[in-house]
Amino acid sequence: MENLIALLIAAPLLGAAVLLCGGRRLDAVGHWLGTLLAAVSFGLGVALFADMLGRSADNRAVHKHLFSWVPVEGFQADVGFQLDQLSMTFVLLITGVGTLIHIYSIGYMEHDENRRRFFGYLNLFLAAMLLLVLADNYLLLYVGWEGVGLASYLLIGFWQHKPSAATAAKKAFLVNRVGDMGLSIAIMVMFTTWGSFAFSTVFNQVGETGWGRNTTVGLMLLLAACGKSAQVPLQSWLGDAMEGPTPVSALIHAATMVTAGVYLITRSGAIFNQVQDVQTVVVIVGAVTLLFGAIVGCAKDDIKKALAGSTMSQIGYMILATGLGPIGYAFAIMHLVTHGFFKAGLFLGAGSVMHGMNDEVDMRKYGGLRKYMPVTFVTFGLGYLAIIGFPGLSGFWSKDKIIEAAFAKGGTEGWILGAVTLLGAAITAYYMTRVMLMTFFGEKRWNEEETHPHESPGTMTIPMIVLAFGSVLAGGLFSINESFVKWLEPVTSFSHGDSPVSAGVVTASTIVVLLIGVGLAWAQYGRKPVPVVAPRGSLLTRAARRDLLQDDFNHVVLVRGGEHLTRSLVYVDHTLVDGVVNGTAAGFGGLSGRLRKLQNGFARSYAVSMFGGAAVLIAATLLMRAV
Amino acid sequence: MNPVNYLYLSALLFTIGAAGVLIRRNAIVVFMCVELMLNACNLAFVVFSRMHGNLDGQIIAFFTMVVAAAEVVVGLAIIVSLFRSRHSASVDDASLMKL
Repeated sequence: MENLIALLIAAPLLGAAVLLCGGRRLDAVGHWLGTLLAAVSFGLGVALFADMLGRSADNRAVHKHLFSWVPVEGFQADVGFQLDQLSMTFVLLITGVGTLIHIYSIGYMEHDENRRRFFGYLNLFLAAMLLLVLADNYLLLYVGWEGVGLASYLLIGFWQHKPSAATAAKKAFLVNRVGDMGLSIAIMVMFTTWGSFAFSTVFNQVGETGWGRNTTVGLMLLLAACGKSAQVPLQSWLGDAMEGPTPVSALIHAATMVTAGVYLITRSGAIFNQVQDVQTVVVIVGAVTLLFGAIVGCAKDDIKKALAGSTMSQIGYMILATGLGPIGYAFAIMHLVTHGFFKAGLFLGAGSVMHGMNDEVDMRKYGGLRKYMPVTFVTFGLGYLAIIGFPGLSGFWSKDKIIEAAFAKGGTEGWILGAVTLLGAAITAYYMTRVMLMTFFGEKRWNEEETHPHESPGTMTIPMIVLAFGSVLAGGLFSINESFVKWLEPVTSFSHGDSPVSAGVVTASTIVVLLIGVGLAWAQYGRKPVPVVAPRGSLLTRAARRDLLQDDFNHVVLVRGGEHLTRSLVYVDHTLVDGVVNGTAAGFGGLSGRLRKLQNGFARSYAVSMFGGAAVLIAATLLMRAV
Repeated sequence: MNPVNYLYLSALLFTIGAAGVLIRRNAIVVFMCVELMLNACNLAFVVFSRMHGNLDGQIIAFFTMVVAAAEVVVGLAIIVSLFRSRHSASVDDASLMKL
């Protein structure tokens, strides 16, 4: 069975190679080939999953050493795979949601003349992401990490004829690069400290290593996670990444790639568990991003950007949970999976709405669409209920557990984190209700002569229906007998924290804040008609529309700062460095100009200098003798 | 007679020669002053030979004469050709070798 692991990655990789090198003659079948190979990968994933379930909990992880990549004395880089419960969860999520989104893209990209290239990139993404989660060492993980970054860049800029898309792609690439630097530094420190990149070697030795090394590695891994998962302070790229086609936003920038940071921290749990301080930083990053994304999501009128703010916020929940240590890892991954379902479903729904509305993204120009797009309405609505944590649906189970775990952190920290997560839940309910009301309820606010809203074709609605089932059922299924936690326990370990408040109280307060959020949104957007032109809004609203001034901050601090730094360096170069060089040259020039005067051509003056020299020599000799 | 007096004479001759080389412009006179300096040295060598009671100084005096003879040949040839090309024997006129 282990041999199938390599095939899992090879199938989409083959698809990418064929589709990207095949040229125009594959245009007619390219999308079917891409979808088929994604489905093959999913089939293999299911087969491996069935095989894994057949074994007892302690024997489920399998390793497959494929070949030695760089076999040099003292530097052993291997290509090897590790398929344990954590990887398996990701494989099923990536290939499953990936296949659905391939199917959806067949309809969504139907009129795009570069559809074959699009599917090539999607397959490339699947291969890279699978490599990332299946690698058994950090160096191979890094290859996958860069691969998904590349695929993300290519797909954000897929419509590169639009300057905004090209800029967004570049922005995503550059911001991710900062995070990637963190990962590469972490890997270098690992190699100098433990002499290996392999998970097994690193995690076995991590307990005997000093505080400094572990902290460095932990912080650098966190930096990497911040870049890939759009966490503060490297969050600025995700909103702009919505320039890419909507299936890309659903697959890469909601369900899978942006969760790579959560995977990285969970996988490196052995390191993070050693350093409490770094875990505190992780928790702070998660808590700040959770509120940051939620506030941004409240103010955006662009449906995709509102969802992007929501994604950032939900990943903030996951990062926060991973920072809690063994209390939180399993719940972070559980929320990741349920979020993968409902957020992908929401994005696909948004794409379906845009498909029927001439690619209009401004929610102020929607309104009353539930009658025109019944399937989209129902699936989007189920995703909506799941994300706000409506009792019984996916988000309820996973988010509730994270809030409980936050309280269980204990002490003042626990109370603060619990309050933040509860506040986040209220804001989530608010902004998602706002999206729902502005899009599907209220008055029609579009121009009836130009726009004819219609339901999307079957290739688009079927994936939405499947994902809606996932949004409804996944959380409940995972929570029966804590099956998901027990499934992951051999990898992530698990401990029940001592919560100062009982689970019932947490659940009750979650429902209360949920109702408050929904009620506020209804009072603002349901009871009153939504203005077509956005009102000026409060200072906070205006700041949130500008992504809480993240770009202005980056511009002032990083761009301006960088410009000033380079200018001052140029100044130093011109004055100091060039000054020393040119000054030396000028000094020697002037000196030789003066010495040249001695060469006047008169034999008698040469004779004088000879006599003078001889006289000096004799005088010196006599003087030395006298002394 | 005290040999030191010959040394005084030698120093006097050398000084006259040196002053001539530095002051006079005529190449022939400068040349003769150089010869005067050489012979002042010869005199000093011979006196020292006498004072120390060995022949080293006298032998070196012969060497000096040989060198002076060779130098006369080359020097006079240069002066003659200089005079032919410039119609002057002034050392200050031949000042083209400069930067």
